[in-house]
Amino acid sequence: MHPVLVENKGNWKWHDRPQPGVLHHVSYSGDEVWTVKAGTQRQMDVYTVRKLCDIADQFADGYVRFTVRSNIEFMVTDEKKVQPLIDKLKAEGFPVGGTGNSVTMISHTQGWLHCDIPGTDASGVVKSLMDELHAEFIREEMPNRVKITTSCCQINCGGQGDIAVNVQHTKPPRINHDLVAGVCERPSVIARCPVAAIRPAMVNGKPSLEVDEKKCVCCGACFPPCPPMQINHPEFTRVAIWVGGKHSSTRSKPTFHKLVAANIPNNPPRWPEAADVVKRILRAYKEDAKAWERVGEWIDRVGWPRFFELTGLPFTKFHLETWKGGRPALNASAQVRF
Amino acid sequence: MAKQMHKTPMLDELEKGPWPSFITGIKRLAQSEGKPYADMMKDLLGQLEHSYETRLGYWKGGAISVLGYGGGVIPRFSEVADKFPLSSEFHTLRIMPPAGMHYDTKTLRKFCDIWEKYGSGLIAFHGQSGDIMFQGCRSENVQPAFDEFNEMGFDLGGAGPAVRTSTSCVGAARCEMSCYDEQKALRECINSTLDDMHRPALPYKFKFKFSGCANDCSNAIHRADMAVIGTWADDMQVDQAEVKNYVKKLGRKGIIDQVISMCPTRALSLNDDDTLDVDNRSCVRCMHCLNVMTKALKPGKKRGAAILVGGKRTLKVGDMLGSVVVPFMKLEDDEDYEALVELGQKIIEFFAENALEHERVGEMIARIGLGTLLEGLEIGVDPNMINHPRTNSYVRIDGDDWEAEVEKWNERKAAAAE
Ligand code: HEM
Ligand code: SF4
Ligand code: SF4
Ligand code: SF4
Ligand code: SF4
Repeated sequence: MHPVLVENKGNWKWHDRPQPGVLHHVSYSGDEVWTVKAGTQRQMDVYTVRKLCDIADQFADGYVRFTVRSNIEFMVTDEKKVQPLIDKLKAEGFPVGGTGNSVTMISHTQGWLHCDIPGTDASGVVKSLMDELHAEFIREEMPNRVKITTSCCQINCGGQGDIAVNVQHTKPPRINHDLVAGVCERPSVIARCPVAAIRPAMVNGKPSLEVDEKKCVCCGACFPPCPPMQINHPEFTRVAIWVGGKHSSTRSKPTFHKLVAANIPNNPPRWPEAADVVKRILRAYKEDAKAWERVGEWIDRVGWPRFFELTGLPFTKFHLETWKGGRPALNASAQVRF
Repeated sequence: MAKQMHKTPMLDELEKGPWPSFITGIKRLAQSEGKPYADMMKDLLGQLEHSYETRLGYWKGGAISVLGYGGGVIPRFSEVADKFPLSSEFHTLRIMPPAGMHYDTKTLRKFCDIWEKYGSGLIAFHGQSGDIMFQGCRSENVQPAFDEFNEMGFDLGGAGPAVRTSTSCVGAARCEMSCYDEQKALRECINSTLDDMHRPALPYKFKFKFSGCANDCSNAIHRADMAVIGTWADDMQVDQAEVKNYVKKLGRKGIIDQVISMCPTRALSLNDDDTLDVDNRSCVRCMHCLNVMTKALKPGKKRGAAILVGGKRTLKVGDMLGSVVVPFMKLEDDEDYEALVELGQKIIEFFAENALEHERVGEMIARIGLGTLLEGLEIGVDPNMINHPRTNSYVRIDGDDWEAEVEKWNERKAAAAE
C-alpha cells in the first residue's frame, strides 16, 4: 500500500475530482494524494502487467491498486506528476476515466475462455461493449455513475447492474441419455431444478432423466451437475438486457435489475445487437435523467411506460412477473401515466 | 520448428477499438517463442476461436487440489483436446489478494515471474469474488506454482462449498466516508475462517464483503452472505461554512434539487441563511448528501457497521438482498473487531448446521424465518430489521408467548439504556 495511504489511513478529510479519471483526496494532516484511474482488459498477459509496473515505478512510487471492477489506480503525491502520468497511460493504450458520473468498466465473468457452463464469452463481450462506451468512460457526463454487468449463464456471476447484459437460454436442455447414468448424480440434479421439471425415467432401457418441457424455465441449473443436459445452443442461447439494479443504499434502497429486452442474438465477435440496446438505454438516460438519479431511480420517477417510449423498446407479456411471490411487481394502485 | 499460430479471424476483430484487448495480450504470450507457455497459448487461441465460431464452450471440470487444501484450484480440461492438445489442461489458481487490492510493483513482478515459469502468463485482476485468477496451469505445475505463491505469503482462496475470498472497498485507506477499518475487518474475519475456506465442508459457498459506508463500493448487500456496511450512530458532522460555499457554487435551487429534495427521508432542509438543518433522527445514513457536499458533510464520530446476511445471486430461487441482523455494531477497538469475528463464526456455524445441501444463507432464512436465525445467534429483534411489520394474519400468538417477548424487549431496552 502506498506510504501516504498508510500514514493517513482513517484520517481523510474530503475529496474532489479535478478532471475525469482523477480523484484528489486531502487528509486532516494536510497530505494530498491524486489518484489516476485507468481501464484494463482484466485478463492481462505478463507483459501488460509489467508495463503497468513500469508506469507505477516511474510515476507512482511503485504502488498500485485495483478496483473491484478491474480498473487500476495510481496514487501520486505530487500534482505535477498527474498530467504526465495520464499522458503516459494514454500513450500505452490504457483509457483514463471511470470516475464520478461515467460508465465505468463492466463487471466481468469468465465465459468461453475459462468457465465450464458459459452460453457466451465474457472478456470478448466486455471488450466489444467498452469499445463502444469508451467515450463515456473517459468523460463524466452521465446523470450519475453507471455500472454495467455481464453474465454468461443464468447463474449471473456478473451481479446486479444499472444495465445488465445476461445470457438467456430459450430452449429446455437436450439430454444425452447415453451419458446420464454414468455422469449425473440424479437426485441432486432433480433437487436443483427450481420448478421441479425433472423426473427420473428409463430411456432405451437405461436409467436417465426426463424434463417436463412445459414447466421448464430454461434456467440451466441442471447443466452444472449434469453436463449431458446440454442447455447451451449456438442459436437458441440468446442475450437479454436488464436495467435498474443497484447495490448501494444511497438515496433509494438497493434494487434488483429488471428485464427490458430479450431474444437478442448471441453474436460474436462484436455482439452489435446487444450493444445497440445498451446504447439506446444509455442515450435515453443521459438525456432525460436528473442529476444524481441512477438508472433505476430515473425510471421510478418517469415510470415504465415512459421508459419504453423513450428507449423505443417494445413491451411484451414476458415483462409481466410470473415467478411465485411476484405479484408485488404488479401495479396495485390507480396511479397510471400517459 | 515453432508451432504455427491458428487462424483467428473472429478474435482478430477484438483487437480493434480503443479499449485494451485481452486478445492482443494472449497473442503476445503465444508468440513468445521459447517460453514454456507459448505453444499452449497458441492452442488456447485456437480453442477460443472455435468457441466463437460454434458459439459453444468447451471446458469441463475435474478434481485438482494442492497438498493440504480441498479447494482453491479450478480445474479445466478441454473437450476439444484432439484439435488443440497443448491447452488441454488449463487450470486456474484462485489466490487471495491483499485487502483493498493494494500492491507494490515488486509483488506484481514476482507474480509475473512465477506465472511465466509454471503457468500461461495470463492473470486476471480480479475475479468478482476478489481473487487473483492465475489462469492456465497444467496439472503437474499446480503444486509448485502454489508453493512459490505461498512462499511470498499468498494463500489460496476458496472454491466449492466453502468460505470464499473476500473483498473490501478502498475505505479508510483513501476515503473520507469510511466508518471503520475495512482492511482489518476483512483480514480478521478471513483469518479466523481459513479452515472453512481451505476444506470445503459447508452446505454451500459463504462470502463476506466489507464496505465502509452505504455507498457499498464492494457490492456487499447483493453479493455477500455476510455484508459489513459502515455507518454511524450519532449526528453527522456539518461544516456550515462549507455548506454556504456549496450554496454559492450550485445556487439555492441547485442545492434544493440536488440535495434537499433527494434525501430519501426528508431529513434535510435549507435554512434562510444558507446553512443546513439536519434531522438526524430521521436520517438513514444513505450517504447521498455527503456524496454531493464532500467538503461540508462527514459521517458522525460514533462509527461502526450494520451487518446484513443472506445476499446472493440467482440460483435457485432468484436474487436476494442481505437482511439486517445487527443494525449497528461499534467498530473502534480490538474488542469490537473480535466481536465481529465471533458473529461471523456464529453465522457460519449456524449455517453449517441448519442449511440444506446447496442452500445459501439467504435461502435458509427464507425457509426458517429470520426469527429462528436470530434466536440461533442470540440476537434480539429490532425494528431496524424490517421495512414494516407483518401484514399476513396467519400467525399464532399464544397469550403468554406475547408477554414473554414483551419482557425480552423491555429487558433489552433497559440494558441498552445503562
Ligand atoms: C460449475 C459451476 C460454477 C463455476 C465454474 C463458477 C465460476 C465462477 C467464477 C469463475 C466466478 C468469478 C467470476 C469472475 O469474476 O470471473 C464466479 C462468481 C460467482 N458465482 Fe459462480 N460458478 C459456478 C457456479 C455458481 C453457482 C451455482 C452460483 C449460484 C449461486 C454462482 C454464483 C456466483 C456468484 C454470485 C458470483 C459472484 C461472486 C461475487 O460477487 O463475489 N456460481 N463463479
Ligand atoms: S456467469 Fe455462468 S458461465 Fe459465466 S462465469 Fe459465472 S457461472 Fe460461468
Ligand atoms: S433448465 Fe432449469 S427449469 Fe429446465 S429442467 Fe433444467 S433446472 Fe429445470
Ligand atoms: S463504500 Fe463508502 S467508505 Fe468504502 S470506498 Fe465506497 S464511499 Fe468510501
Ligand atoms: S445521509 Fe441520506 S438520509 Fe441522511 S440526511 Fe443525507 S440524504 Fe438524508
